[in-house]
Parts: sequence; structure tokens; C-alpha cells
Amino acid sequence: MTDNTADMAAPASKGKSLLAQDARTRKRNAAETRFKAYGIAALAFSILFLAMLLFAIVRNGVPAFTQTFVNIEVELPADVLDKNGNRDIDDIKKVSTFGYNPLIQDALVAVTADLETDVADGDLKKMLSSSAGATVRNAVIANPDLIGQTVEFEVLASSRVDGYMKGRVVREDLARDRNLDAAHLDLVDALSETGGVTRKFNWAFILGADASESRPEQAGIGVAMLGSVFMMLVVLLLSLPIGVAASIYLEEFAPQNWITDLIEVNISNLAAVPSIVFGILGLAVFIQFAHLPQSAPLVGGLTLTLMTLPTIVISTRASLKAVPPSIRSAALGVGASEMQTVFHHVLPLAMPGILTGTIIGLAQALGETAPLLLIGMVGYIASNYPDGIASGFLDPNSAMPAQIFEWAKRADPAYYERAWGGIIILLLFLMTMNIIAIILRRRFERRW
Amino acid sequence: MLDDKYHADRAVGTMQDKKITARNVQVFYGDTHAIKDVNVDIADKTVTAFIGPSGCGKSTFLRCLNRMNDTIDICRVEGDILIDDEDIYDPRVDPVQLRAKVGMVFQKPNPFPKSIYDNVAYGPKIHGLAKTKADLDEIVESSLRKAALWNEAKDRLHQPGTGMSGGQQQRLCIARAIATAPEILLMDEPCSALDPIATAQVEELIDELRQSFSVVIVTHSMQQAARVSQKTAFFHLGNLVEFDDTDKIFTNPQDPRTESYISGRIG
Amino acid sequence: MPAIWIIAVILVIAIAGYFLARGRALASADADPRKMHSLPSYYGTNAAMAAAGPALLILLAWLIAQPLLINNSLTQYLPADIIGDAGETSLAMADVNRIAGGLDLAVAEGAMTAEAAKNLTVETTDVRAELAAVGVALGSDVDAATLALAQRYRGATALGDILKAVVVIGLSLVGAGVAYAMTNKDFRARRYVESAVKLILIAAASVAILTTVGIVLSLVFNTIEFFRLFPATDFFFGTRWEPSFSGRGGNSDLGFLPLIWGTLFISLIALIVAVPIGLFAAIYLSEYASPRVRSIAKPLIEVLAGVPTIVYGLFALLTVGPLLLSAFGANGSFHLGWMSGGTAAMTAGLVMGFMLIPFVSSLSDDIINSVPQAMRDGSLGLGATQSETVRQVILPAALPGIVGAILLAASRAIGETMIVVMGAGAAASLSMNPFDAMTTVTAKIVSQLTGDGEFNSPETLVAFALGMTLFVITLALNILALYIVRKYREQYE
Repeated sequence: MTDNTADMAAPASKGKSLLAQDARTRKRNAAETRFKAYGIAALAFSILFLAMLLFAIVRNGVPAFTQTFVNIEVELPADVLDKNGNRDIDDIKKVSTFGYNPLIQDALVAVTADLETDVADGDLKKMLSSSAGATVRNAVIANPDLIGQTVEFEVLASSRVDGYMKGRVVREDLARDRNLDAAHLDLVDALSETGGVTRKFNWAFILGADASESRPEQAGIGVAMLGSVFMMLVVLLLSLPIGVAASIYLEEFAPQNWITDLIEVNISNLAAVPSIVFGILGLAVFIQFAHLPQSAPLVGGLTLTLMTLPTIVISTRASLKAVPPSIRSAALGVGASEMQTVFHHVLPLAMPGILTGTIIGLAQALGETAPLLLIGMVGYIASNYPDGIASGFLDPNSAMPAQIFEWAKRADPAYYERAWGGIIILLLFLMTMNIIAIILRRRFERRW
Repeated sequence: MLDDKYHADRAVGTMQDKKITARNVQVFYGDTHAIKDVNVDIADKTVTAFIGPSGCGKSTFLRCLNRMNDTIDICRVEGDILIDDEDIYDPRVDPVQLRAKVGMVFQKPNPFPKSIYDNVAYGPKIHGLAKTKADLDEIVESSLRKAALWNEAKDRLHQPGTGMSGGQQQRLCIARAIATAPEILLMDEPCSALDPIATAQVEELIDELRQSFSVVIVTHSMQQAARVSQKTAFFHLGNLVEFDDTDKIFTNPQDPRTESYISGRIG
Repeated sequence: MPAIWIIAVILVIAIAGYFLARGRALASADADPRKMHSLPSYYGTNAAMAAAGPALLILLAWLIAQPLLINNSLTQYLPADIIGDAGETSLAMADVNRIAGGLDLAVAEGAMTAEAAKNLTVETTDVRAELAAVGVALGSDVDAATLALAQRYRGATALGDILKAVVVIGLSLVGAGVAYAMTNKDFRARRYVESAVKLILIAAASVAILTTVGIVLSLVFNTIEFFRLFPATDFFFGTRWEPSFSGRGGNSDLGFLPLIWGTLFISLIALIVAVPIGLFAAIYLSEYASPRVRSIAKPLIEVLAGVPTIVYGLFALLTVGPLLLSAFGANGSFHLGWMSGGTAAMTAGLVMGFMLIPFVSSLSDDIINSVPQAMRDGSLGLGATQSETVRQVILPAALPGIVGAILLAASRAIGETMIVVMGAGAAASLSMNPFDAMTTVTAKIVSQLTGDGEFNSPETLVAFALGMTLFVITLALNILALYIVRKYREQYE
């Protein structure tokens, strides 16, 4: 059968010892080592980048969680704040924040009285946030009995002073800065030694509202966080039922025909459509066509729902598919209808997987920014908490990622710190959601 | 030199050159003891068949002979396996060189998704066996001839190997294995995925290959072992139960387990 | 009657229907569920669905259709000089709707009696001031014609609302009644309920189609509108992108080429970073790494995929950009002067590349793992080293799948928005220098569409044309990639 048995050539390697590597093998092994090194390098590079990213976030973002305050004792004379002397709240409200500024200036002069400085009395207030007047006024309005007393206040330092305390602003920077002089910094140094200037944990950053461009020291992410929460509520309430219903149909009932094919092709393509296109869709359909309010979490939620649905459908179908056919046969075998089989047996078994997929889809939606830019959730200064549930959905608001973007766009570098800090909060949310998903999966996942 | 339970006169490998010698070989998969204390001598220019029920360890042992088990992380081999009196588990041995010397054909035909020519040329190329294109052409042709595939393949050398029939694919894999000029050819149930006609062709080929190689074949089919091999080893539950001339194993087995297997009572 | 009340009434009818039908079914079977075709609750559910389903659907359709129909019928009463211009018409109708809404609000808040609102005239009342008092700010004083239209609108809406309530609640009652009448022990209630549930499931599944249709329609209509205002050839072949927002129309250069150039340039940089790193990482993880290394490194890389793009954008803007500038800028450590600002194609491309690493690596990992083990065994059995096996057997076998993965990554890169908005700069340029600022299709969609609520100038509408091209390009890449990957998988199944 063999064509050429005589030609059984003596193999070239015959008689060669296995114990010694020939030159070619050494070369090949060197190539092998190089190849493996490329792999390790690629892996190391990716992990290094991740480390750099996390390092940048933590290093730049952590300072946002503390804030510098100046302690001053403000005299609240009745003849200025309550001319009629009857403590009528409406009269007190008539004194604007400008009326309080001289009082604060006096307090600053008093604080710095013992210190030698070139700073003119009128320039002392540059050390404070321009919100200082409002802080004192609000306290007085809340408690008119303070009038006539000398009250200790803890007011926000200006963002420059705050930056100096955190090492972000150095003296050299101030040469070009009209907002603060080196002399101010000498004062700050002296005051921080005596406890007149302190750095404290900044709850206002986590819970507070956004502030105008000139007051970074006052800005917080709380309102935007609430906006995100309302948006996620919309996404959850819509995408979970719709996604599960669609998956059940496709996985359990859909006949093999062109309509089903069309739906499947649509879903896999929608999963890969750029998010900005969903933003255009949201803008055109919900705002241009349906006239829903711009910047409303409802619209953001609707848009993100459409974006998240394909993800949820894909993971839900995988969970449904993982339920073994024997369960269905068993249920059908005892006389359950197809619908009962699905809703009584298959769906409960697939639920942990579905929830995991939904949480991951929500996490993705929570971090999404681009569509929100188009439906107007950026540029709006989220300075007020919504009044209730309805206004939470319908009133203009921002969302966490949109707020971060907004801060990153602002000119004052003090806002960059806020942006990084915002990212820490956003990532903490995402991390929590992913950990919940992992726990769900570990705890309830069945291996069939 | 063999285990006590074998009589010296039935010891094999004494008549011909010893090619492979295994001493006290143990194989572990994690905690599972898959091969227990196997001693065997395999002769050159002979076909040696490993038979036994599924899971008896015959394939595992075969894969020890060219260190294919190295690719499985949890697998651990103890004992000595010598080829031409060199310990192949010696740290100085490069499995790459070893495998060039000990070729292997697998259970399912696994041609690469390349042309027939490239399939056969793959080994010679990586081992640098051909200096020129003409050399390579010659190696490909002679390997295909040896694998009795030349006449079927010569007009379609540059078509994909995956397009051939199962039997042709398996012969292609044999051609691919002999193209690297090995001295030993290991075959792991090479016919289990083939139809009877293709099986007959491959069996005939194995018989031819005996002239140039030491062939070790694992097979499920006792008839096949009887047809192609000169020596047969019966494995059971990780033990090498009996090893002798094929005729003897099938006509006059010494161990009751072998007899039970031959007569179809276990397996 | 507001919609919320109509819904409440429907729900009450549905609940009543549930219990009545259930009771009737049980009664017809002498309270013995075994004699009935379906479980008792199915009879109730059937009636509830009959009461609520069609009625709610009609209500929804009515809510969407009524304002459109009324607006359409009122448009003819606008002054003749306005009707011709689509933009002016929509502005005028927006005014009408706003005044009508304001008057409704005023009545609701008690600032005006219903009678007064109906008899309002511009001569006797300052409508703008009245409405401002209830918080509805109007852009200009109200003229008599607009007010008259607003009154017509209110009249029609009031009529429509009454009709709506009657029709919808009537339909609900009829549905409940029919279901009740059909109920007896032999009625196949479960079948009906299950068909209805199936319809709901189908409706949910078709949301995917509706979304695609919505995307296509919203892009197509606005794109057509754009090309009516701006010549298509100037858009597709223009080399300058200089929109002006000062004067309306005519003065802007809206050339597509610099944008697509920037998009492709940045995507290319990203792929040059992501493909080798991602591929080698995948090869190492699937072919070399011990299970321990794999179980640590794989999730770490996948963390990169879970990081929102805004984070990458900020990283590009505030960390990578300044870092590159300090290396390649005029005052940089190499004194090269290649880079004049932190935002550049390189900045965005690099960061985007890192973002895509997990994408490339996890797709390639899947694909490499789906190459059968027999291929590896065959090659290793011939004495090939592992790298020879990877390069000469596995990669060629996996090539179509990997090409598919790269195409998907390219589509991601082209559609990525935040990184380029923040990291690439704003100036559209056809530069060859990767350290120049460039801009992309997505970045310009964002800048043309933020801060403007009206869709009537080419400067705004161009965003839809850009969106259209983006959608078409990414869709084509995705379909091609999915096709290749599917073909590849079939090969080994």
C-alpha cells in the first residue's frame, strides 16, 4: 500500500541525544521566552494603567472630601440687623447678605488683630468664601435671638485658601492671581497654628448642591446624586419588566420566523449602537416630539432605559437558557400550561441571574454621560433639592456623571478637585452595585 | 528486571532492541492516582497495543511517553521513562525535542485549518528539517506517500485539510506526524472516529509503518489490537495487568482479569 | 377629568370585574373549582384584563394623538405669512400651547375663574402679567390672534377631554361586561388570559424594533431637514468646520471631512494601543497563565471595562494631557514643541486605547478559547513550542474571530464620546500631527446640540446628519463584525 517503503529515510535526529539542546532548539526556546515576555508585558501594562488611573483618582479626589473653614466671632448688632427692634422675621430678611459683609470684615479684623500683616482690612474677606455673608444671614434668620450677641461662626474659606491648605495652590501661583496675595497666606499659616483655620470632613460635598462658577468651595454633588437616583428608578422600573418580558417571549415562545429574527438582530445591534445616538433619540423623541421637560430625570431615565434594555435582554436570555429543559418537561408533564411553566418554574430559577444582569446594566447606565449631555442634564446648576417625588422626576436636575463633566469644564482648577472627588463617589456606587451582583451570583447561582 | 509476577521467559523486549523502558511509573491527576506502578519495555520496529476498559489509564500512559501530559497543570508523573536509555523526564530534556522524536496521532483527526501541504510541512518547518523549498516538497511528498495518501492528495495539495473525509484526515495527521521524522509513533485510538473502510486503510498503514518506527497504539477494540500489534499490554484500573505477545494475550492470558476482559465480561 | 383619574376609574372597574367574574364562575360550578375549566383566579383576571387592557391602550393613544390633532387643525388659523415657514409655524404654535397651558394653570391655581379665563381679551387684561403671576413666563406680549387660538385650543381640548373620559371608561365597562357575560364554568378563561399575557410579552419584545425605528426616524427626518437648509455636497466634501451661531444660516462652514478625519485618526491611535496589548494579554491569559494568575489578572483587566467613560475623559483631560504636554510640548522635557496644548488626538487616542484593552482582550480570549484543544494537542504533539502553536495554528484559526473583535472595538472607538469631548480638543483640523488638537463626529454632535432647544437652524440640525453618518458607520461595522464572528463560531460547532 505504501508507495515508497524503501525510502524510509533515516530521520535526521536519529542518534541525537535528548539531553543536549541543539542550536535550533535553543533559538526556538529563546523565541518562546520572548513571546511569553510580550504577553507578560501586555498584562503588566494594562494593570499598570489601571493602577495609574486609580492612583490619579484617589490622589486628586480625596482632598475634595475635606474643606477648610475659618472660625470667626461675628458681632450681630441689633441696630444694623433689626432696626425696628421687634425681631420681626420679615424685617430681618430685608437685610441682604451685603449688609452682613461689614460685620464679617470686622470679625476678621478682630481675629487678625494680633498678627502683623500688610493686608488691608478691606481685603481680608478674600480669605473667605463669598458665601460667608449668606451663612451668617441664614443663621440669623433661623434664630433671630442671636441678634445682639457675638456668635462664633465657622465659615468656608475661599477656594484659594482651601487649595493652599491642601497643597494645590502654592505661593508662586499667586503672582498672577488677583484673588489672593502671599500676605493672605501668611495670615492663614498663622491662623491655622492657633486653630482659627481648620480642615474638616466635608459633608457638604457629598450631600450639598452645586454652586456657581465662582464658589467651588461650596459645591456638592448631593443634588446630582438624587437626580441619578431618580433616573435609576425610572430605568429599573421600566427596563426590568420590559426586558424580562421580551426575553421570556424570545426565549420561550417566539416561533422561528423572520419577525423573531428581526427582533434578535435589532437587539444585538442596539447593544452596540454608540450611546450618543441614544441621546439623539431621547432628544428627538422625548423632548422634540413628546415635549417632556428638558433636563428632567424622567427623560434621562427613559433614554437610559432604551440604552440598557438590550444589555438586560441579553443577560436575561442567558439566565433563562441556563435553566435546564428537564425542569420545563417536568412542569409540562404534570399538566402545567406553557405560561404556567415559565412563570412558576423557569422564571424563579432564572431570577438570580436576571437580577445580576439588571444590576450590571444599571451600573452601566449610572455611569453613562453622553446621552445626558444631549437632553440637557449638563449646564444646569443643580442648586436645589427637588420638592417631592413628582418634582424629583420632572424638575430639571443633573446626574452624577453630568455634574462631574460640568465641573471639569469650569475654569477654576478648584473644580477639578471636585470632579475627581465626584468620580470617587460615582465609583463607590458602581463598586457597591457590582459587589451586590457578584454576591447574588455566588450565593444563588446553580450549576446544573 | 520486570515485576515479580512476570516470568522472566515471558519478559518482552529481550529479543529485539528496547526503545522505551518504563520503570515504576506513577501518574497523578490532582489527588487521583491514575497510573499505578507501571513497568514496561517497548521494542523498536514493533507495534505495541495498549488495551483495556475505558478509564483504565492506557491513554494517560501513552501521553506520558512524549510528555503531552505536561500541558495539563494538575498532572504529575513519577518514576522513570527512558527512551534510548535517556530519561525523558530529566530536567535537561526539552519536550520540544522529545516530541520531534516521539510523534503522536490523536483519537479524533485534527488537521490544522490550513492546506494539506501546510499541514504536512508544519512539522518540518518548525524543526528546520528542510533547507530549501524543494527539500520541503520532497518531505511532504514522501510523508504523504508513506501515509498512503499521496494519490488522493496530490491534486489538491493546496486545498484545506479540513475538507477531506474522516479517514483521509486521519491519514493526513499520520503523514503530518511522520514528516518530522520521529522514531516512535504514538497513536491514541486513531480509528475510533472512523468508519470500517477507513479503519482498514489505517490499520494496513500501521502495519507498514512498523518497518521504520516503533509504534504504540491505544485501542478500544481487541480485534484491532489482534490485527495490528505484535505485543499487547492490558491495563485495568491504572495497573498494567499483563504484557506479552499479542497471540499469547488473546489465546492464553495468564491473569484472570485479562481473561475476563478478552471474553467480554468486563469492559 | 385628568388622565390619572380616568386610570383610577378603570382600575376600579377592573378590580370589580375580577371579583364579579370570579364569583360568577364559581357560582356556575356550584363553588367546586374542580368542575371548572380553569382556576377561579383566571376568570377574574380575564375580566380585569378585558376591562383595563383595551381602555388603557386607547387612553394612551388618545393622549398622544389629541394635542397633535388639535394643533394640526389650528395651524390653518395662523396668520398667512407664518404658515409657509415650518420654523415660524412651530414657534407660533408653541406660543399658543404655552398660553393655553398657562390659562389652565391659572384656573387650577384659582388665580382666575374658569369663566374669566374663557372671556379673556387682550384689551382688558395683560395676559402676560397674569400668567407670569402663576409662574408661566411668556417671551412677548400676547396678541389677540394668538389668544383667540389659545382659547380655541382650550375649547377643543376640553371637548376632547370629555369625549376621552366617556369613550375610555365606556370601553372599560363594555370590556368588563362582555367578559362577565362570557364567564361560566366551561369558559376557557386560562387560554384567554395566557393569550393576553403573550401579547404583552410580544409588545415588550417589539420595543427593540420600536427603538431602532425611533432612532432611524429621528435621525432621518432631521437630517432631511438639514439637507434642505444646507447643501449635501458642502457637508460631505467640505474641508472646513466653522459653525457660526451669531447669524442664522448661510455663514457657517459645516464640512464633514475634518470631523471624520479626527474620528478615524483618534480611533486608529486607540486601536494601535489596544489591539497588540489586548491581544497579547488575551494570549498570555489563555495559553500561559496559571489558573491563579488568571483568576487575579482577568478580573483586574475587566475592571477597566466597568469604569465609566467620564472617568477616562477626566483622566485624559487632567492627567494624561498635561503629562504628554510636559514630555512633547515646547517646554517639555524633550524640547520638541510638537504639542501646544494638553488636549490632542494623542491624548484622547491613548486613553481610549486603554479603555478598549479589556474589550479586545475579553473578546479575543473567548475566541482563542473556542479554538479546539485538539489543535493545540496536534501542534504540541509535533514538537512545536507553545508560541509556535499560538502564532502558526491558533491565531490563524482564530483570525476571523479576532478580526471581528477588532471591528467591534473600532466601532466602539468611533462612537466613543466623553473621552474625545474632554481629551481631544475642540478645533476641527485636517492635521497629520497626532499631537494636534482634533475633534470628532461625536464631540461635535454634543457641542451642536447642547444649550439649544430649537431645531430649526442648520447649525443645530447638522448634529442629526452627523448622528446619521455615525449610526450608519457603526452599524455597518457591527453587522460585519457579528457576521464574521458568527461564521467563525459555526466553523467549530
